[in-house]
Amino acid sequence: MSGIDAALAGAPRARAHHLAEIVVRFRELGIVLALLIVVGGTSIDNSRFLSSTSLQQLLSGAAIVALLAIGETLVIVTRNVDLSIGSILGLSAYATGAIYVHHPGVSLVLVILAGAAIGLACGIVNGAITTLCRVPSLVVTLGTLYVIRGLDASWAGGNQINSSSLPDSFNELGYGKLLGVPYLGLITIACVIVATYGMRSYRSGRDLYAIGSNPEAARLAGIPVDLRVFATFAISGAIAGFAGVLWLAFFGSVDSTAGTGYEFEVVAAVVVGGVAIFGGSGSVLGAALGALLLNTIASSLVVINVSSYWVQAIQGALLVIAIAFDRLISLRLAPALRTRRSTRE
Amino acid sequence: MPDAGAPTPPAPAAEAAPLLVVEHATKSFGAVQALADGFIELRRGEAHALVGENGAGKSTLVKVLAGVHRPDSGRVLIDGEEVVFDTTAQSHATGIAIIFQEPTLFPDLTVAENVFIGAQPLRSGRRIDRRTMRREVERLFAELGVKLDPDRIARGLSIADQQIVEIAKALSAQARVIVMDEPTAALTATEVDRLFRVVETLRAQGAAVLFISHRLDEVFALCQRVTVMRDGRHVSTSPTDATTTQQLIHAMVGRDMDALFPKQVAPVGETVLKVERLTREGVFTDVSFQVKAGEIVALAGLVGAGRSEVARAVFGIDRADAGSVEVHGRTLPPASPNAAMAAGIGFVPEDRRQQGLVMPLSLERNMALASLQRLRRYLLIPRLSERRFASEWATRLQLRYGRLSDPAWTLSGGNQQKVVLAKWLAREPSLLIVDEPTRGIDVGTKAEVHRLLSDLANQGVAILMISSELPEVLGMADRVIVLFEGRVAGEFDRSSADEVSIMRAAAGLGDEEAA
Repeated sequence: MSGIDAALAGAPRARAHHLAEIVVRFRELGIVLALLIVVGGTSIDNSRFLSSTSLQQLLSGAAIVALLAIGETLVIVTRNVDLSIGSILGLSAYATGAIYVHHPGVSLVLVILAGAAIGLACGIVNGAITTLCRVPSLVVTLGTLYVIRGLDASWAGGNQINSSSLPDSFNELGYGKLLGVPYLGLITIACVIVATYGMRSYRSGRDLYAIGSNPEAARLAGIPVDLRVFATFAISGAIAGFAGVLWLAFFGSVDSTAGTGYEFEVVAAVVVGGVAIFGGSGSVLGAALGALLLNTIASSLVVINVSSYWVQAIQGALLVIAIAFDRLISLRLAPALRTRRSTRE
Repeated sequence: MPDAGAPTPPAPAAEAAPLLVVEHATKSFGAVQALADGFIELRRGEAHALVGENGAGKSTLVKVLAGVHRPDSGRVLIDGEEVVFDTTAQSHATGIAIIFQEPTLFPDLTVAENVFIGAQPLRSGRRIDRRTMRREVERLFAELGVKLDPDRIARGLSIADQQIVEIAKALSAQARVIVMDEPTAALTATEVDRLFRVVETLRAQGAAVLFISHRLDEVFALCQRVTVMRDGRHVSTSPTDATTTQQLIHAMVGRDMDALFPKQVAPVGETVLKVERLTREGVFTDVSFQVKAGEIVALAGLVGAGRSEVARAVFGIDRADAGSVEVHGRTLPPASPNAAMAAGIGFVPEDRRQQGLVMPLSLERNMALASLQRLRRYLLIPRLSERRFASEWATRLQLRYGRLSDPAWTLSGGNQQKVVLAKWLAREPSLLIVDEPTRGIDVGTKAEVHRLLSDLANQGVAILMISSELPEVLGMADRVIVLFEGRVAGEFDRSSADEVSIMRAAAGLGDEEAA
């Protein structure tokens, strides 16, 4: 049969299949291309869009969403979702401010650890309920989204903490640069590199893909599914807590509404970045680039004077287009993968 | 010829302690005793068949071996030492690998990753050593004599290739006992040959292969010994070369019966279905045939020859690019299953779990699905009439079920198929298309399905049957149409059809024999 099929699948068709595969495998390339087009197109309209200040702003602006997207990617790859990250970020940001108000001399490292610990605690709750009680993570984190926001609101009340209460060294974290690259961008890039390497080169990382790809088979293969899923929620929470600290450093003031709606921005970035919403495939790098792309598009729309109402609508449309594109590709690819000889000759 | 259970002549490695023994295994689920007295003995280097009707306890026994179920009593011995499995991982660690009927791969991961998932070779810092992993996979595939690309993702692999990946996985884990649960059910003849060669390789390496199959010819072709189970009990274990098919069937069902129910000759009426030069680009070309009332026409050919695709186009699921489909002389509009149903076509698809049944829905609902128009009173479906309707059909088809309100997945494969058949028969179709009507069904139910199809033909229903099993085609069909690469490669009537000519046509060698 193999000879027959090989004869049927002629050379040109085989090449087309190959192309289709490249498109999917190198999703990141497509996003980079889209980024270049957006930046290029906007700078034709307004050349200042290409200035180093503007580019730095793009990077810092995207950094926090991209950071959150790392944790969210881990969760979504396992066929789960974490909707509570915006609330966790808000709680951690307010807690950071409160720490500085009460203990002005506290060291930066301690503050960062405290923020991450708050997030970790929230993530552990998410992970525990999801894995121990077998509640779908969508429901769990939708619940904790409101619970954590409620805690935050009852703690903060109508209070706002301003940059005047924050030490300069802390504000520096949000605005400082190293060799022209903002700290926030550097931190996110470092995290992306670590996460990418971990997802690619360690068994536990590959386990996440296996779990999202076929949870039942993962269990049969002896993968500690619950432990892994639990860990992704814990990590996602810790990252959100850490991001809360950075958020305060970047924006300089915090009240009980900090980070509201981030979960959707982050999920959008992850999906636009090529992470399959039902798990199993996608990369942290793609998700981070997705965040950068969405942020860049939002900025470019402002630059070319599109009303901010439309910015949201356009971002929503982009999300739908990205998912539709994914579906189309996989529909197109399905027959290609089926007819393609699995043999190599 | 010795009776089943008589002393066996020396089989491979009979003198050493058996590799694996399960004895007096019992397992109950609530009131149902799935395993009453399970026994199996595997020797090094043997291919051992396990046969029995659906519900005989084969899968339960396999799940005991897999560590999925813990037996209520009984022992499992490996190399003469008792082992207890609480988890699948423990069973795995002792060298038992199970290859399920539908392999459970990770579609998004590459073939190489699938083989090594959870056990990837590591280099410094516990990092995965991709290069070694790839080399190992290539070595395994070479050992098995198959060519598979380790770097492609598993999504889209044929079932045969998926099984090869599973076997490679078992080998990489140094499995000594490899259990294959109906591995050939979805394979073409070529793929079955390849699988058989792989099994021979495994045997040569000293592994034991437990081969579960409903296809008795394969049991005899591949295995040295065969164990029969019935009603959760061990019935017999005997060498295959001292056993006949009749003996096996007798042991399986506890009574003699024809494995295949040959079709009765029915009066052939007018032409019901006329397919004229039907073409779907790249799938099938110029397919023409007719089916008359009272006739069973089989579409034969290798998997991938376009048989199911033709059937789908006739029923209007897929759009044909050219050609026409006529029912009772009236041309059907293209790509309209509704029109096909209205014209009196019933369609029993190949994959009953995905396409034939709504698994979580109750039996009665499933059976009524295609007859809702008839059962409807104004805008509502009265429960009572639905139930009356369902119980009537359940009786007619001798359906074995608990309650009509049970979800469809609680039934065995054969009874599920009966539910799908009932769903369509209730519409009193003049043409019934059945795609692999007896795949994965035990011998007893299979004969019932065959008898049912034969009765339908007797009542004047035209039947278009797709089947990969040649004995079924030869036993049931009045005419056989063989497809090869999407074209009609031969047409045989009952008297001229035999295995050789059909296989030649299906392999594209049969031009001179085509009628």
